[in-house]
Amino acid sequence: MTLWSWLSTHDHKRIALLYAISITAFFFIGGAAATLMRIELATPAGDVVSAETYNKLFTMHGVIMVWFFLIPSIPATLGNFLVPLMIGARDLAFPRLNLTSWYLYVAGGLFTLAALLLGGVDTGWTFYTPFSTLYSNTHVIAVVTGVFIAGFSSILTGLNFIVTIHKLRAPGLTWFRLPLFIWAHYATSVILVLATPVLAMTLTLLGIERLFHVGIFDPALGGDPLLFQHLFWFYSHPAVYIMILPAMGIVSEIIACFSRNPVFGYRSMAYAIIAIAGIGFLVWGHHMFVSGQAVYAGMIFSLLSFVVAIPSAIKVFNWTATLYKGTISFEAPMLYALGFVGLFMFGGLSGLFLAALALDVHLTDTYFVVAHFHYIMVGGSVSAYLGGIHFWWPKITGRMYPPKWAQFAAVLLFLGFNFTFFPQYLLGVEGMPRRYHEYAPEFQTLHVLSSAGAVILAIGYLLPLVYLTWSLTRGRKASANPWGATGLEWTVPSPPPVENFGETPIVTQEPYAYPPHAVSGGARRAAST
Amino acid sequence: MSSAARAEAAEASGAFSDRDQQREACDLGMWVFLTTETLFFGVLFFGYLMARLRFPEAFAAAGRHTDFALGTINTAVLLTSSLAMALAVRAAAIRRRRWAVLLLGATLTLGVAFLVIKGFEYRAEYLQHLVPGADFRFDAAQRDAAQLFFWLYFVMTGIHAIHLAIGIVVIGVVAARLAFGGFALQSPLSVEMAGLYWHFVDVVWIFIYPCLYLIARS
Amino acid sequence: MKLPFLPEVASTLGERVDALFAAVALVTGAVALAVVALLVIFALKYRRGSRADRRRAPEAVRLRIERRLEVAWIGIPMLLFSAAFAWAAALYFDHAAPPDGALEIAVVAKQWMWKLQHATGQREIDELHVPVGIPVKLVMTSQDAIHSFYIPAFRLKQDVLPGRYTVLWFTATHAGEYHLFCAEYCGTDHSRMIGRVVALDPAQFQRWLAANNAEPTMAARGEALFGALGCGGCHGPGSAVRAPPLEGLYGRPVALADGRTVTADERYLRDAILLPAKEVVAGYAPVMPSFSGQIPEGDLLDLIAYLKRVT
Ligand code: HEA
Ligand code: HEA
Ligand code: HEC
Ligand code: CUA
Ligand SMILES: [Cu+2]
Repeated sequence: MTLWSWLSTHDHKRIALLYAISITAFFFIGGAAATLMRIELATPAGDVVSAETYNKLFTMHGVIMVWFFLIPSIPATLGNFLVPLMIGARDLAFPRLNLTSWYLYVAGGLFTLAALLLGGVDTGWTFYTPFSTLYSNTHVIAVVTGVFIAGFSSILTGLNFIVTIHKLRAPGLTWFRLPLFIWAHYATSVILVLATPVLAMTLTLLGIERLFHVGIFDPALGGDPLLFQHLFWFYSHPAVYIMILPAMGIVSEIIACFSRNPVFGYRSMAYAIIAIAGIGFLVWGHHMFVSGQAVYAGMIFSLLSFVVAIPSAIKVFNWTATLYKGTISFEAPMLYALGFVGLFMFGGLSGLFLAALALDVHLTDTYFVVAHFHYIMVGGSVSAYLGGIHFWWPKITGRMYPPKWAQFAAVLLFLGFNFTFFPQYLLGVEGMPRRYHEYAPEFQTLHVLSSAGAVILAIGYLLPLVYLTWSLTRGRKASANPWGATGLEWTVPSPPPVENFGETPIVTQEPYAYPPHAVSGGARRAAST
Repeated sequence: MSSAARAEAAEASGAFSDRDQQREACDLGMWVFLTTETLFFGVLFFGYLMARLRFPEAFAAAGRHTDFALGTINTAVLLTSSLAMALAVRAAAIRRRRWAVLLLGATLTLGVAFLVIKGFEYRAEYLQHLVPGADFRFDAAQRDAAQLFFWLYFVMTGIHAIHLAIGIVVIGVVAARLAFGGFALQSPLSVEMAGLYWHFVDVVWIFIYPCLYLIARS
Repeated sequence: MKLPFLPEVASTLGERVDALFAAVALVTGAVALAVVALLVIFALKYRRGSRADRRRAPEAVRLRIERRLEVAWIGIPMLLFSAAFAWAAALYFDHAAPPDGALEIAVVAKQWMWKLQHATGQREIDELHVPVGIPVKLVMTSQDAIHSFYIPAFRLKQDVLPGRYTVLWFTATHAGEYHLFCAEYCGTDHSRMIGRVVALDPAQFQRWLAANNAEPTMAARGEALFGALGCGGCHGPGSAVRAPPLEGLYGRPVALADGRTVTADERYLRDAILLPAKEVVAGYAPVMPSFSGQIPEGDLLDLIAYLKRVT
């Protein structure tokens, strides 16, 4: 158990833990930036930090939260740990590549962090040209390089998952017997592999252009600044599904387990995942409705944005229907999952306002957009991530956490979250632009509410950090299957041995074979040899 | 597990239970990687397309300043290298070690030749003030658009050259390990993977060549 | 009518946007409420230990119901979404099509201020006076980064880009003062790139124009520039160079040398001056020099105002 044995490990479970630690660190750094922003925004005047600093703060917050926290969060930690276990494999297909991608992630992260802390960047996480290439005098190239490096980490993880899910499934584990968690990770990986290189090259062009001051984004030289936006969103819209699909996978597992019901409409849930990933590549222009792109292009992107909402609707309704006639218990993971369904729905529905062209004209670049994506990314994805951590914590660590504390934290986070971000919808509707260091006095009441909510949120996030750490040494020992869940990962001891399975399991059952109304079930899809 | 299967499993590395599985997985992994690469280059071609649609005439004029002869020779060099690579993969598959090493050497040499020729081209363009920047010289009316063309020219061929250089290093390592360690050290599978990569880099050039050298001259 | 939480509305389009907003809010609100209600009801009714009836219909019946439910909740959202899309798109289309004869005002954005010029010569900074009840069309460009012209009370926003013109139009409905924000992040003082729009009754507006009429009109300034830059040397009557006459050009279709036909709008005129090689008029030699980098954005707008005027 030396440090080196961890830093050189090829075991997907250990790599997952390496990721978990580094990602948590980045989350709190991003959260600290958010805390400072919320303090600044408590008053209309720009009195706590200077305008430059504020601009650097939201850029740092966005860059870290998106690329160094949320995109790798679920896939690289829970995905890394669980994908091989759930499909009955010994490891990912390319263990060494897996470790390489962690090193790339850390390298990119430290590089970016150094650039952000030592100099800072003030472009926003979207790096729009020509501001980023010609007018910003901050460390754009360094940050872009860090994101570029981390991009390769994403690509390698995606590649590893695709190959693993295709080639290493246990005998009998057909595509339609896969847990939805696996479907979600498969679709996510496809997006990672197809979209990330576009970002990488776009950022490369940005860097070269900034360095040499000639290029294809500079209108003064015949270039087109909108080309950058098109390329950026061609990556970044699919990227938002990178951030939500794995969360949806987790929620399906949890809701099925704690309502003791098979997931309602399993097949359409799987197809919906694929549909979201596929159509998600065709809607990027909805970020550019007022950018000056052609009117007809705007219409097509709007229509497709509504289309991509349909599979999400299916998922929300199917989760709700899964509860019907179930035997529902409210363990912490379930609380997070139910919170997810509500908050994701709220965020998604606000996405429909933004997809509706004439409404977006008013709402774009206001706090309505900020509220929209925090509802989905924080209320949705982060809730699901925490739900997943609580669900598989016993499996990962072999210990139980104090259940009452966990339930309390889940409720606190739900309340704090709404407190923080619901006022931002109202701010947006009233016309408060985003990325504003100072604002008109009439917006103050809602900003103060939001800042107050952020305090609750901060406490809420510190709680799990404390009791989960405590449980590592003091928690009750966990059995192989404490929740009575189905799935191959629950058939092995907690924590699983290095080789995962003594004998390759053979799968003979459909997924989520929960007994219709059992009080507590054993592992139903147990391996048989 | 039978003892034969156990031996087989021992031979396969990591998560794989047998050689076939490993082979298939590596194959798929490589294809996924190349898909990624396609999108990586795709951005450049898309940018090129957009710029060309904006300035068709200036792009044609600028395109006539690339070195058609050297570009064409280089295309031939690269295609030949791909042929050598394909033969090397075949030789490795049927376990002809000497042939495989020799053919890999040929591929590598042709790859280096490509880079050298490209270097001469760059030098000539530098001397003709075709490198974008303060020193760029072109017919005033089309200067900006032509500069855009050459910006794209250098980025596209430059990134392609980086890929080629990586390919050369990979092939060098594979050939050396094969020469000194034989198939025990370097499996035919890795030769095949290196081959796939090389062909890919070649195919990218097959798209770059018409965009930067041919279209203007039709 | 002002909806709760929406800011006051003061443009014709704004009122229609609010109606759409209310409709979408009602429908999504109803769906959200229904889903939350179901979640709560199920969660309570089927909580562990409750005595709820959990017997299930036979497999075949269940599958049929399941199928029907799924069709319903794919189909119904699809219908609602189509309606929302069509309504919003129709409005957006009107956003994009300024009516003929609108009062034109030129906008030049730069870090971090708005410069506005009325056709009649009045110049304003961070403040825009407009008449109530008359359509106003803004022709906008930026001198540096991308900005965005945002008037919440008009429910209107349009990015302002360097190197091209974007257009925004509105008809104010109520006299008053409204926020003007820069909505696209543009650097350090982005949040200070704000101002106000003052909507005045037409008579008052005329008075305001008269009170501030110290300067020549944009077209007049453009005419002076036309002379100073030597345009007339080629385009003027009796010039030795064969160049197309510019009288009555604006708004007309122009046949280009490469076979295309384009309308001579602001964008075309701008490109004709800055990038003459891009679109060469059919029948003329491409001898016009590029004026790129030589004419500040404001002057360019004056020049174009003059070209629109020459008849
Ligand atoms: C995980 C992240 C995530 C996800 C999943 C989504 C999902 C969606 N997003 Fe969002 N979005 C972001 C993250 C995300 N978004 C971010 C980060 C930005 C801003 C970036 C920036 O500028 O910095 C953004 C911005 C953004 C914009 C641009 C706003 C602007 O700048 O002007 C738009 C516009 O169309 C949009 C739309 C949508 C839509 C339609 C969905 C849909 O997929 C949502 C589908 C879900 C539902 C609709 C809910 C469930 C459905 C039902 C219950 C159906 C029943 C309803 C009825 C019948 C009415 N998003
Ligand atoms: C995954 C993504 C993610 C997550 C989790 C969050 C989490 C949070 N975000 Fe944000 N956010 C973004 C992604 C995310 N965000 C993006 C992409 C943008 C756009 C950026 C741009 O415009 O370019 C944005 C922008 C953004 C803005 C708009 C800024 C502006 O436009 O001017 C605001 C304002 O309130 C905000 C707030 C918050 C808050 C309060 C949280 C909270 O949920 C955070 C809670 C966590 C904590 C509070 C951590 C607790 C830590 C401690 C208690 C330690 C404290 C230590 C010290 C203070 C030293 N975020
Ligand atoms: C050296 C001569 C010359 C000068 C100086 C010149 N032009 Fe031109 N201009 C031309 C010629 C020739 C054409 C037609 C070919 C083309 O489109 O490039 C043209 C075309 C145009 C057009 C498009 C006309 C159409 O019918 O579509 C506009 C507008 C224009 N010029 C405006 C200007 C302005 C404004 C200036 C001064 C700032 C200017 N020109 C200076 C020679 C000149
Ligand atoms: Cu100008 Cu923001
Ligand atoms: Cu999007």
